[in-house]
Amino acid sequence: MWAALDILLQANFWAAAIRIATPLIFGVLGALVCERAGVLNLGIEGIFVAGAMSGWLAVYLGASLWGGVAVAAATGAAFGLLLGLLTVPLGLSQHVTGLGVTMLATAATYFGYRVAFSTVSTPPRIEPFPPLHVPVLGDLPFIGTVLGQQSALTVFAFLCVGAVAVVLARTPLGLALRAVGDNPEAVEAQGLSVVALRVGAVTAGSALMALGGAFLTLSAFNAFYFGMINGRGWVCIALTVFASWRPGKALLGALLFGALDAYQLRIQTIAGGVVPSQVFLMLPYLFSIAALVLLARRADYPRALMKPYFKGQR
Amino acid sequence: MPSDLPPHETRPLVLSLSGITKRFGALTANDAIDLDVRAGEIVALLGENGAGKTTLMSILFGHYVADAGSIHIADASGQMAPLPGGSAQAALAAGIGMVHQHFALAENLTGLENIVLGTVPLWRLGFSRGAARAKIEGLMRGSGLDIDLDVPVGRLSVGEQQRVEILKALYRDVRVLILDEPTAVLTPQEAEGLAQTVRRLAARGLAVLFISHKLQEVLALCERIVVLRGGAKVADRPSAGADRATLAELMVGRPIPPRTRTPGRPGACVLDLDGVSVGRAGERDRLVEATLKVHAGEIVGIAGVSGNGQGALAGLVAGLMAPSGGRADLAGTRLGAANPAARVAAGVGRIPEDRHRDGTIGALSVAENLVIETIAAPENQSAGFLRYGALRARAAQAIRDYDVRCPGPDAAIRALSGGNMQKVVLARVLERAPRLVLAHQPTRGLDIGATTDVHRRLLAARGRGAAVLLISEDLDELFALADRIAVIHAGRLSPALPAEGLDLRRVGLMMAGHAAGEAA
Repeated sequence: MWAALDILLQANFWAAAIRIATPLIFGVLGALVCERAGVLNLGIEGIFVAGAMSGWLAVYLGASLWGGVAVAAATGAAFGLLLGLLTVPLGLSQHVTGLGVTMLATAATYFGYRVAFSTVSTPPRIEPFPPLHVPVLGDLPFIGTVLGQQSALTVFAFLCVGAVAVVLARTPLGLALRAVGDNPEAVEAQGLSVVALRVGAVTAGSALMALGGAFLTLSAFNAFYFGMINGRGWVCIALTVFASWRPGKALLGALLFGALDAYQLRIQTIAGGVVPSQVFLMLPYLFSIAALVLLARRADYPRALMKPYFKGQR
Repeated sequence: MPSDLPPHETRPLVLSLSGITKRFGALTANDAIDLDVRAGEIVALLGENGAGKTTLMSILFGHYVADAGSIHIADASGQMAPLPGGSAQAALAAGIGMVHQHFALAENLTGLENIVLGTVPLWRLGFSRGAARAKIEGLMRGSGLDIDLDVPVGRLSVGEQQRVEILKALYRDVRVLILDEPTAVLTPQEAEGLAQTVRRLAARGLAVLFISHKLQEVLALCERIVVLRGGAKVADRPSAGADRATLAELMVGRPIPPRTRTPGRPGACVLDLDGVSVGRAGERDRLVEATLKVHAGEIVGIAGVSGNGQGALAGLVAGLMAPSGGRADLAGTRLGAANPAARVAAGVGRIPEDRHRDGTIGALSVAENLVIETIAAPENQSAGFLRYGALRARAAQAIRDYDVRCPGPDAAIRALSGGNMQKVVLARVLERAPRLVLAHQPTRGLDIGATTDVHRRLLAARGRGAAVLLISEDLDELFALADRIAVIHAGRLSPALPAEGLDLRRVGLMMAGHAAGEAA
């Protein structure tokens, strides 16, 4: 019993929680930007895969780490642009198109990997983002250990949360984005372009999602594996509802999920002999389902979410 | 009336439409329409549904591009310049503001944010809320429009939301303001407040285009009346000297017989509500301890602004909602759990508020929609199979009797116009000879012809001995049909009083929440 609680006092546990949360932070932020503009982006899982592979490949071929991040973002943006063009001006089903983009991005990525490394059995590794040394805070006993294991990309994720929050709340662009997800006619009547805003939001949001994938290859695992995304994108879709489409709550939700995942990894070693390990593996997902059951009914969905808009129709 | 402006003819022209033509396939929605509007003028645009009012305004506002014709609008120096079509942005920049019938507001943004939206370039990193607020507050003082700028618009009342819409236009310094059916959602007092605002704005030189089909308010507010019919302009005349009968005839194209109403002959009590509540505290549309009796052979009207509990009352009677307290009897039987099928069997005929959503199933045919509530009856099915032959024969009969304009019994009902769709609903309900007719906004969105028809049918049902519960926002309709009128506000129902003893003003005050006693 005490051992189970003792985990919470370990700096390593908190370091792992933040590390696991980082790709989710990018993913939830991206999903939130898309959905605030009224577009559900189910391409997220595939965009994670494409971002992970393209960022890693760029670095492997000689680009800098931040160059890899940029390539991943551009790849995500490209798939986002595709999804945006299909769902916004053409008004196709966002569910079907999103799942299609996930399949396309995943398959194209795996295909590209097979073509590039047809003879390699183990994926080549790259030199990842080094652990960050934060002055002053990094020298503190507990906090220093937690921070000392994080990379610059994690810090960037936290900065993105702040940036998205400020843009949504304080800027004219944020106003227009929130408005277009609530009532596109309001945006149209004020002389703004619904299509440009929505396609732009999906493109930008998808770029953020791809960074979640890139974190896995450039900072966590140092290489690209098949199946490495393993449902992280879908978790982000659930966390977006949990977060009520607010960046601050999105950060909280991602950290909570990260903490649960880190916790189940550690509790397995304590109780693994008694309880099958699969039960613990389920915990974070059970949490997601429970959170959705409790919160989704009350959730204040963007009113125009998943509703295509055609100019001149009311 | 504007007093500080020069006489009408010498005021500068601000908007000039010439030869505007728009076709949708075989339909000519606008046929070579000319229209000049001068500064400070309030011009009414009258017409039935489908007359082309909305199309014309959509062209002016850049939602559609005209097939022929041109629009000229005065620029800042007063010179008339052509307006490029198909761009809401260009229309806004040229000084045209439009308040849509369905508000174009983002409900998750505050009033201030909605007003500022689109006026600051999107690439700016921020904007000065202080400066925006100062300008809006100045506009609020000048126009008499007053709202809380810091509350999400979704939490404002409908009247307040409309003020946000008008402020949105004023914030952009418009020279022409288009109001599309602005009083449809307002109480008579709110409508009078709006009229005062419009007069004040016109006195400052704003040109106002007032789209409406309510003749009385058009006559009271506007200086000039333009009538559209079938896409063409059929009249353009000063309002002085015009009367309702002439205008109605111009709109419809034929004389409208005056409505005559004979008093009903109330019989036994059919619907008896005693302190009935529906819904929980905190819900917007609920009923609180309502007491009401509706007798056979009478029409009881329920007046009120939509969303004040009409939905709960209609839901209770139609069996969609169960009462949470009190006693509700239908012809001696206690109304308990929600069970719409049992209500139909008990003789309730329901004309729902939204015929597209609740009244019909768009993909099904006219014949199928006619039997949808009585699908299990032996004349409609045998051994679980629909008797399509009988269905079609009876549908053909209903189409003749109710003058439904449609290709035939097998036509999908969604292809019908609103008026014809409503005729199918009426046929379904009234052919059953129901004991109680629940008519919820039965003429909303219908033109004068279809409205007259619905009214005639409801009076006929009353004459046959049915009890009619008529829920409507249209006070003219209530006074034309109802024997007794009750007012619903915030879920509370006033006593039903004889219509003869009531007047519009008193009902209007009660709709705004004043008790029957104070309003008298």
